[in-house]
Amino acid sequence: MTNIQESEWAVKCEKLSKTYKPDIQALKNIDLKVSPHQIFGIIGPDGAGKTTLFRILTTLILADEGKAEVMGCDVVTEYEKIRRNIGYMPGRFSLYQDLTVEENLKFFASVFGTTIEENYDLIKSIYQQIEPFKNRRAGQLSGGMKQKLALSCALIHKPKLLILDEPTTGVDPVSRKEFWEMLRQLKEEGITILVSTAYMDEASLCDAIALILDGEFLKIDTPENIVRQFEPTLYSIRSLQRSKLLTDLRGLPAIDSCYAFGESTHATVIHNQISPEALKKYLSEKGHTDLEVVPIAPTVEDCFMELSKQMHQN
Amino acid sequence: MENVIEVNNLTKKFGSFTAVDHISFEVKQGEIFGFLGANGAGKTTAMRMLCGLLPSTSGKGLVAGYDINTQSEQVKRNIGYMSQKFALYEDLKVWENIRLYGGIYGVPEPQIVSKTNDLLKRLGFENERNTLVNSLPLGWKQKLAFSVAIFHEPKIVFLDEPTGGVDPITRRKFWELIYEATDRGITVFVTTHYMDEAEYCDRVSMMVDGHIEALDTPKNLKQMFHADTMNEVFQKLARKAQRSDS
Repeated sequence: MTNIQESEWAVKCEKLSKTYKPDIQALKNIDLKVSPHQIFGIIGPDGAGKTTLFRILTTLILADEGKAEVMGCDVVTEYEKIRRNIGYMPGRFSLYQDLTVEENLKFFASVFGTTIEENYDLIKSIYQQIEPFKNRRAGQLSGGMKQKLALSCALIHKPKLLILDEPTTGVDPVSRKEFWEMLRQLKEEGITILVSTAYMDEASLCDAIALILDGEFLKIDTPENIVRQFEPTLYSIRSLQRSKLLTDLRGLPAIDSCYAFGESTHATVIHNQISPEALKKYLSEKGHTDLEVVPIAPTVEDCFMELSKQMHQN
Repeated sequence: MENVIEVNNLTKKFGSFTAVDHISFEVKQGEIFGFLGANGAGKTTAMRMLCGLLPSTSGKGLVAGYDINTQSEQVKRNIGYMSQKFALYEDLKVWENIRLYGGIYGVPEPQIVSKTNDLLKRLGFENERNTLVNSLPLGWKQKLAFSVAIFHEPKIVFLDEPTGGVDPITRRKFWELIYEATDRGITVFVTTHYMDEAEYCDRVSMMVDGHIEALDTPKNLKQMFHADTMNEVFQKLARKAQRSDS
């Protein structure tokens, strides 16, 4: 196998653009740098451009403009090196449904000129969970097992960079937690992980993240820094009269935006224009009971909402 | 208050495998009922039976007043259904989608015309009547998909992960639509993997290994399981599962 030198960036994109048909601009002039040995999350909803970015980086499609390097190799001129040294798990299950679990794994090992035995250590903890079903056809596996097989196949040649396109979409909260635990262990093995997700709560499990919407990055930083840079004051508000709360809050000029957030409601306040006490007084006059108004630190989801609002205003 | 769903010992076996194992519950009119569970717990199978798409092995179920085993056609006609994956025909215009679903649900032709006008007006979509659905922004598509699912004024609408992969603001605006619908008396049966959305339901059931392991208001469930959030409740309950999907 052609090994590549350790480079400064696991991924580096400059002014990358991709347009499908005349009117759908999937990526708009984006820049991105991902340091090695970390879990880097691309966070955004369906249609934001996550898959397009990954297909360019995995050398499956070409960008219209701009440059991209993966582990120091150019995605256009050095695609063969990249293909040998990355592991890729696409969003849609794309293993051979009519091959068994073991046959799939053997096949991917042989494509990369290796064997299951040679790299068993790396996949052991994941593959062991599906090994009892190694003679079952991949098409007959449950969703969770398919996911583990796909991850095993993506890892069988010990890639330096693992690219995972929405591995947890449609997966329940318990299984999602387990999957992220596997990713954390793989990072310990020295593998760089580039992962996309539409679940905002997974942002805090990444070392660094890029928030993406409509083909543009809203922000690239660590989750901690993104949360720290949130500008407006944020209140968490609870009231027994929940459905009325949004209407009453939206009637106040000092409130910039407000949305339900689990069991409470989050409201952003422009330039501290209303204190928690004053807001509480206003709401109780409107007939709200069991009121609670507390200033809180934002989550990444609050940040995403605020940044996307700003983007649409510009 | 009238029950829109009444389920008694509903069971579905596939060979020796019991996918849904004697579940019993009611859903009241105007309620938002959250139907949660881990992958592989039996949610989809249960939902398919409730929608009249799959006969049960044993047990009884009444949905919108019809027996799911003996009157499945009437069940299908009297419910609404929407999922994120399959909601609208992207290559049909806005009015064509409404016309198609109105027809499928048996709304008489003259009514479709007048109701389409009302709907477009209420949504502020009058100028989009002839727009292809694939060129609408996601938030508008969701609004339209939901409106189409309740166009025939069903007693109950089933929402199967309606907000999967949707951006945070659009997702919240969708829940505001749900509240508006329940204010008009429509009952909502919804599945989701977003645990903050479980908090927006009036009552939530948690399926584990084919059983309904817990069913109550989010507030009571959190008290019962000494949890601060519905996510914690879910983690505690689903971890007990023997029959995990993995």
